[in-house]
Amino acid sequence: MEQKSNGLMGWIDARFPATKLWEDHLSKYYAPKNFNFWYFFGSLAMMVLVIQILSGVFLAMFYKPDTAMAFQSVEMGIMRDVEWGWLIRYFHSTGASAFFIVVYLHMFRALIYGSYKKPRELIWIFGVLIFLALMAEGFMGYLLPWGQMSFWGAQVIINLVSAIPFVGEDLGIWVRGDFVIGDATLNRFFSLHIVAIPLILIGLIVAHIIALHEVGSNNPDGVEIKKNKDENGIPKDGIPFHPYYSVKDIVGVIVFLMFFSIVVFFAPEMFGYFLEHANFEPANPLKTPEHIAPVWYFTPYYSVLRAVPSIAGSAFPGVIAMGAAIVVLFFLPWLDRNPVKSIRYRAGWYKALVAIFVVAFIILGILGTLAPTDGRTLLAQLCTAYYFGFFLLMPIYTKLEKNKPVPERVTMK
Amino acid sequence: MKKTILVLLLTTIAMLNTGLVMASGGGYPKSPANVDVDDMASLQRGAKVFTDYCLSCHSAKFVRFNRVATDLGMTESEVMENLNHLGGKFGSTMTATMTEGYAKESFGAVPPDLSLVARSRGVDWLYTYLTGFYADSAKTTGHNNAIFKDVGMPNVFWEQEGVKKAVYEEHDGVKTVVAVEVVEKGTMAPEEFDTMIRDLVAFLSYIGEPNQSYRKSLGIYVLVFLFVFFGFAYAMKKDYWKDVH
Amino acid sequence: MSADVNNSKRRLLVAATSVVGAIGAGFVAVPFIKSWKPSARALAAGAPVLADISKLEEGQMITVEWRGKPVYVLKRTDENLKVLESDTDMLADVNSDASKQPDYCKNSARSYDKHAKISVMEGVCTHLGCAPKYVPDLNNPFAGSLGADWKGGFFCPCHGSLYDLSGRVYSSMPAPTNLPIPPYKYESDTVILIGQDGSNA
Repeated sequence: MEQKSNGLMGWIDARFPATKLWEDHLSKYYAPKNFNFWYFFGSLAMMVLVIQILSGVFLAMFYKPDTAMAFQSVEMGIMRDVEWGWLIRYFHSTGASAFFIVVYLHMFRALIYGSYKKPRELIWIFGVLIFLALMAEGFMGYLLPWGQMSFWGAQVIINLVSAIPFVGEDLGIWVRGDFVIGDATLNRFFSLHIVAIPLILIGLIVAHIIALHEVGSNNPDGVEIKKNKDENGIPKDGIPFHPYYSVKDIVGVIVFLMFFSIVVFFAPEMFGYFLEHANFEPANPLKTPEHIAPVWYFTPYYSVLRAVPSIAGSAFPGVIAMGAAIVVLFFLPWLDRNPVKSIRYRAGWYKALVAIFVVAFIILGILGTLAPTDGRTLLAQLCTAYYFGFFLLMPIYTKLEKNKPVPERVTMK
Repeated sequence: MKKTILVLLLTTIAMLNTGLVMASGGGYPKSPANVDVDDMASLQRGAKVFTDYCLSCHSAKFVRFNRVATDLGMTESEVMENLNHLGGKFGSTMTATMTEGYAKESFGAVPPDLSLVARSRGVDWLYTYLTGFYADSAKTTGHNNAIFKDVGMPNVFWEQEGVKKAVYEEHDGVKTVVAVEVVEKGTMAPEEFDTMIRDLVAFLSYIGEPNQSYRKSLGIYVLVFLFVFFGFAYAMKKDYWKDVH
Repeated sequence: MSADVNNSKRRLLVAATSVVGAIGAGFVAVPFIKSWKPSARALAAGAPVLADISKLEEGQMITVEWRGKPVYVLKRTDENLKVLESDTDMLADVNSDASKQPDYCKNSARSYDKHAKISVMEGVCTHLGCAPKYVPDLNNPFAGSLGADWKGGFFCPCHGSLYDLSGRVYSSMPAPTNLPIPPYKYESDTVILIGQDGSNA
């Protein structure tokens, strides 16, 4: 039996590095043994990707990217006429939000354990690119149901492009392919959403993982396990990803699926946050809904946009600020000058700064769902200032930190 | 640190909330609709009210008669005789009796399709709206609505409900409707009318998402399955991890 | 790995988890597979259709569309019916044993006993799905080998299959079996509902 499978595997391995890939990435990829709760979100992101691709492929079989038919093909065709279409759509709509929840938590993990620091700068950069691609994917996908929020949300965002001086107007028309968001826009967004961006996304994810497996995983202690190897060259604090983390991640995936199912089966609208109420009305270019808010996962950045006042009647500064809020993430590996990776061994006041950052980010998110008032705008401005201050002042304050001693080996807490 | 985040977050959310309430404090309060989409008798009565009154002007073009029959436990002939007034096919969808051209001429706009109104507006809003009409001689329809000011729709149930008038309250010189009350009795007793409106709202909720009850009942099984799956997977993980120290 | 691993317990747990996982994957596959079934819209479009035969003359044929297929409704003469009874030696499947039709039409006229003259059949050649032409005249230029034996019937323009007036295929034709008959029933003497079964009683 063993001999036979070796024979077959031997034949394959001589032509395709199946065993080598298996060993390099799973059975002989040594991951630190002290991963905690925060380390589930990478594999969960993969899980959500699978859900999105599977459900998306099927939705595309029933969806019609035509302004005259799109809304009906979703709300009547998929939600009513196609057997089980409703479930497939709820998988996809819930999956979209789940993707962002998982990715935000995954990024937070990187932030607190310094996973972006040398030698993992490229993993981080690929990660931010994935985040960007995901935002594009979410934005374009949201237009497809052709509801009121689809239309007006896209209207607001594309008008941001138009705020760019000199070329903005023409650029906006070019993106829309029309003077309003119409059939041309819907068709190109559909194509990008189901073909182009998923391809980019998958490519980036592969790069992200190749880079990770090249340098090895970080861990909650921020200790490089490759510095302590045994006589066989295996890190003393490492355990093979398979079976240890494969069996652990299965448990994580199941727990995730429980939460996912609770939303899908009991609250698919998630109180208007995952599926907005106004989106159950077909797009009407002549009637703006009373209150336009992007889907929740964009709202922190939408708040940043609104927080920056217009200069000379142009919203361009806000657009710049929103863009900068994402671009600044690329520079994080070089902004943070503290050699200590894990927050466990950094100054107490740095923990407080991170805590306030999280709160500021969440407040920005909440404010983005609400109509602006003077008080809210002021709060959004404070949080925006904090957001940028947290990153841009890093080169100064991270040098002033008094670190705690970092252990030689990982700890099992 | 987790504690700090939590405390900070809770206080700011609390602060935001007070701001929220103050900002959205105005407006007519919604009354809970308390509808039950599993009550077949209620849904069947609602379907009758819907097709008798609403379908004259509104459509529900995503809703098929045969689907309603299956879901509400009605036979084909019951549906064809009692609900399908236009006499379309059993598998056809609910269209308005009034043509769109006529609607534009007489109301200035085509009345909205009601297939998804319960999802876009919410059942509480619908219930409040349908019971929120009051007499207003300034309007061409003779009626205004407490939650949807200057609505173009006439009060189709005024005979059953009776004539209502608005109760106003004045704040800083702004008069707002705070309640509506019956001043002239209609052909139905108030409780009877209330039941009819709740039946109708229940039906609207049903057509908004015909499989909502099934979705929830299926969800229970899915969660039970995942729980069992979790038990095995967790035991397996425990077994593998017992030699990691 | 330490030596105190209980291998049989571990194998059991792995097997149990795998089985439960596979069952779960099977359940998840169901909605995706079932979504390919005809939608409510397709079913509504494929609902039974009515055919009014009150104005149908003897020897005349009308075509009704049902589920995207032409359905022929043909009224035959008494003469035709006699031919269908007697001229059977050149047919490939005289009793329609190998052909598709409802039980109440499995007879020489391939029709309801009460309405023997009316023939309802799908205009879909059993060879490759072309629509056979109705050729009632006896001087059929395509009759070929049948020559004078041709008593009217159907001719498929694609590969020359010949059928009689009951849609029964002649021997040594490209088409293997008789024209299929859809389920249908009489709503009244002059209205046929195609797509729904009736009975010969």
